[in-house]
Amino acid sequence: MASRPQSDAARAIIGAPTAMVDAPRKTSGAGAYTDDLAVPGMLHGKILHSHLPHARIRGVDAGAALALPGVRCVITGADAPTAYGVLPIGKDECALQPDKARYIGDNIACVVAESERIAAAALPLIRVEYEPLPAYFDPEAAMAAPAAGWLHDHRPRNIEKEYHHVFGDPDAALARAAAVCRNRYVCPAVTHAAMEPHATLARFEPDGGLTVWSSTQVPYYLHKTLARVLQMSMERIRVIKPMVGGGFGGKSEVCPLEIVAAVAARRAGAPVKITYSREEVFYTHRGRPLQLTELETGAAADGTILAVRARVIQDGGAYCGYGPVTLLYSGALLGAMYDIPNVRWDGYRVLTNKPACGAMRGHGTVNTRFAFEAQLDELAERLGLDPAELRRRNFLQPPCRTVNGLRVLSYGLPECLETVVAASGWRERRTGRAAGAPPAVNDGRGPRRADRASAPSRRHGLGVACSHYVSGAANAVDRADAIHSTVYVEAAAPLPAPAGGASGGGAASDAAPPAVAVLTGTAEIGQGSDTMQAQIVAAALGLPLAAVAVIAADSAITPMDLGSYSSRVTFMAGNAALRAAEDLKQQIAAALARRWNCDPEAIRCLGGQVLGPSGQALSFAAAVAAALPPGAAHLRGVGTYSPPREAQGGDFKGAGVGPSPAYSYSAQVAEVSVDEDSGQVTVHKIWAAHDCGRALNPVAVEGQVIGSVWMGLGQALSEEMAYTRSGQLANPGLLDYRVPTILDSPPVEAFIVESLDPEGPFGAKEAGEGSLAAVIPAIANAIYDAAGIRLYQPPFTPDRVLRALQARAAAPASGQAATAGQDQPETKPGPASGPPPPSPAGAPPQAGG
Amino acid sequence: MITAFTVNGQPRRLELDPATLLLEALREHLRLTGTKCGCDDSSCGACTVLVNGQPALACTLLAAGCDGADITTIEGIATDGRLTALQRAFGRMGGAQCGFCTPGMVMAAKALLDGNPDPSDGEIQAALSGNICRCTGYVQILASVRAALAEAAGAAADAARPKAAADAQRRAAGPTPPPQAAEPQSAHG
Ligand code: FES
Ligand code: FES
Repeated sequence: MASRPQSDAARAIIGAPTAMVDAPRKTSGAGAYTDDLAVPGMLHGKILHSHLPHARIRGVDAGAALALPGVRCVITGADAPTAYGVLPIGKDECALQPDKARYIGDNIACVVAESERIAAAALPLIRVEYEPLPAYFDPEAAMAAPAAGWLHDHRPRNIEKEYHHVFGDPDAALARAAAVCRNRYVCPAVTHAAMEPHATLARFEPDGGLTVWSSTQVPYYLHKTLARVLQMSMERIRVIKPMVGGGFGGKSEVCPLEIVAAVAARRAGAPVKITYSREEVFYTHRGRPLQLTELETGAAADGTILAVRARVIQDGGAYCGYGPVTLLYSGALLGAMYDIPNVRWDGYRVLTNKPACGAMRGHGTVNTRFAFEAQLDELAERLGLDPAELRRRNFLQPPCRTVNGLRVLSYGLPECLETVVAASGWRERRTGRAAGAPPAVNDGRGPRRADRASAPSRRHGLGVACSHYVSGAANAVDRADAIHSTVYVEAAAPLPAPAGGASGGGAASDAAPPAVAVLTGTAEIGQGSDTMQAQIVAAALGLPLAAVAVIAADSAITPMDLGSYSSRVTFMAGNAALRAAEDLKQQIAAALARRWNCDPEAIRCLGGQVLGPSGQALSFAAAVAAALPPGAAHLRGVGTYSPPREAQGGDFKGAGVGPSPAYSYSAQVAEVSVDEDSGQVTVHKIWAAHDCGRALNPVAVEGQVIGSVWMGLGQALSEEMAYTRSGQLANPGLLDYRVPTILDSPPVEAFIVESLDPEGPFGAKEAGEGSLAAVIPAIANAIYDAAGIRLYQPPFTPDRVLRALQARAAAPASGQAATAGQDQPETKPGPASGPPPPSPAGAPPQAGG
Repeated sequence: MITAFTVNGQPRRLELDPATLLLEALREHLRLTGTKCGCDDSSCGACTVLVNGQPALACTLLAAGCDGADITTIEGIATDGRLTALQRAFGRMGGAQCGFCTPGMVMAAKALLDGNPDPSDGEIQAALSGNICRCTGYVQILASVRAALAEAAGAAADAARPKAAADAQRRAAGPTPPPQAAEPQSAHG
């Protein structure tokens, strides 16, 4: 649906800073999240987790647990043996593992009791007989494991999936490049840590139907998985998503408490609620995988990027999950933000005995983008170019298709870059080392800035980087012909006017009851999807926002939407909502055109009224009444959205991931200082410009952009899933995992760039993920500007910084920057610089040594 | 054992197991579910309530230890059904995305403002430093508290610009000189 010139009425709503329609429920404490629910007779479940990383389960004896007063039942793998997984090719896990535990924290059994305390007390009474198996925690070592160390029999060498993509002739292009950079980057795993721990309440109804309330981002996928594992038809299951306290991808798969609660409720004959502890949330994970990236980029002397080659290994943990999709994203968007004619990408998704990874904000793209944007900084230095200028010389020229077949129509990246370059004072305030200036003098103190008054050991620097993301996946994971989103907009016959009340002719006031209801399957998880659809429908029907009620995510009454992931909702459900509102408007206009004897196209909805071409006017409610067919109680407008064929990408193996109807863009400048005595990196400010097509609600867009930047900042500076040598997660708590507090969080200034996508609703694209990736390389590049050290592994903690500074001091003054940040304690150490070029397609990557 | 305290102005007497936490007493026994549980080890602040006017973490207090106390939860601060300036500002300024940290944030901020009607940004940040938000990056939360203060100071119109968030943070940033460049396009320009 094309963006259109806005009417005044639409302009009052579209683009106006708008409080979320559900804000009062959040700020008053009245809104119900899943764990806030209680139903009569409700029992509580607690899951027993494996304490071994890899073991065959020989038996489970729950006798002592069952004997504890208040315990109702214990369920095990045998109670839910059907394997599932979010991808059709990855149905490799069970809600409770029947025969094998594959990581510390894997799900073995569930106690159902009258209280959570009793259930927790019963857990240690369950006796599980394990037979330990060899366990692997390093992906390169796992790829060399003997068969006894394969996590899944059907995945030899623990390789879940591998892909090899070649576009153009990257080898020839690199051979003629004026400058080529090669590096190995290591990004440890990070996790979502949404503030609301996962929770589910499951209840069987007297008629045998099942109702499940769950903190899910994807009610539809949950619905399908419940039907599969419980062997019920989808019609017999009702999935309701209450308010959700954040997702970031962590609630986009079955986790598996939803299924465990349902199976337990069936066994116990009573409703069962399960709420994870914070520690369980960490073990559930499904976050961003550890990624090893060997990257090579070559450019001509004028800065034109000629080719990029990448070899990516992702440590997916114990189960498939979204794994192949995550992996493909790391390649599909690698060469798609700039005009790069030659791309080669080899990707491996590997299974290890650690919590399974999955989708996390910026799904699959973040770690590759870090590597690429950090490498561009080095390339700019080699070529004597300003890093911002190097990027400018490689912009796409839309409308176009990237070399791997992604269609790009709107492209606000140039404006994003100019915006942050201007706002940050980039030209004047950067040290300018890379712009042809002599390289770092090896005086042990790094480059100096003339305009700096701070202590000599604390050096400021600026770094720039860019990123982008999809506005939803053009191809659904399960069915090629799926309708991605359906929305209904319903208007009921007006109730009789109360005595003395006015009716007809008057505009709806804010105090008026809702005039229309939006029925949508979308999952509001804090990103503002309910508000977005209310705005679009209000604008399209000329109604005030308060006249629109949103009813969402109850499978018994709302139509199907694929869910809140890959930033798809504004683009897809927004278009469906717009089409539904226009369908309703056409029904009203058709009826009034007969009455008014005019062209239906000449009828407008404005200011709570429906207006004819010759001064005719009816209140919206009266117009609905006039348009109702005899005997009908309400009008229903229906809108659907599926991405157009042209946006669905190429037809090579793995081409399904990456295509999107539209892409967002972000450019950022980070200002940091590095304390060379302590190694502490301080981020003073981030300037972040984001092309969201059109900001339907600028408060929400700024909130999403700042929130994304901040989450990337956590990955850059402090966050990391740390594992012990025995595969135990070492930091399963918010403090130990080091989520930044308000005191750790620098100011982030968001700038909105509006490129008006021709297919987005009112021109809108995604805003919730695309800004995350750029901040990590922007900080890395700023650290280089400040201290002359290149860091290849986030988080950029004081110990890593100090090691790099020491290496810089020890390095011969070769004119080359120190590249000693490649400490890789958690993984196989890589070569300090200049790793070998990626191995040939199809060849197994080097095994861990 | 019997525990008696005042919750949101109402006297309550509860028969509780001595191990019951204040959070359980509120959420499960009194069904006041506005107070949230984000961890259980005092690391997130989602369970912040006021005990005798002071902010406290309900997940780590025994209910019995609050015998005789005056407890205020998020449900108890609106007056005559009208949300407080702080609550409204969190809604208007984007301070509540998913809303899960919001009750704790609002209570921590209320505790600050009750004792200090004119806090600096640094004081606001210090008061909220035990409350983790995973959605907002805190910028719009700081702006929300600032907006509530501005409303109290009668300057509501000025504070209603979400850009105030960035401005407030810039002030808080201290040593960084503001860039000289012209303000680029923004949705609020
Ligand atoms: S729930 Fe009390 S501090 Fe997290
Ligand atoms: S608004 Fe979601 S955690 Fe703060």
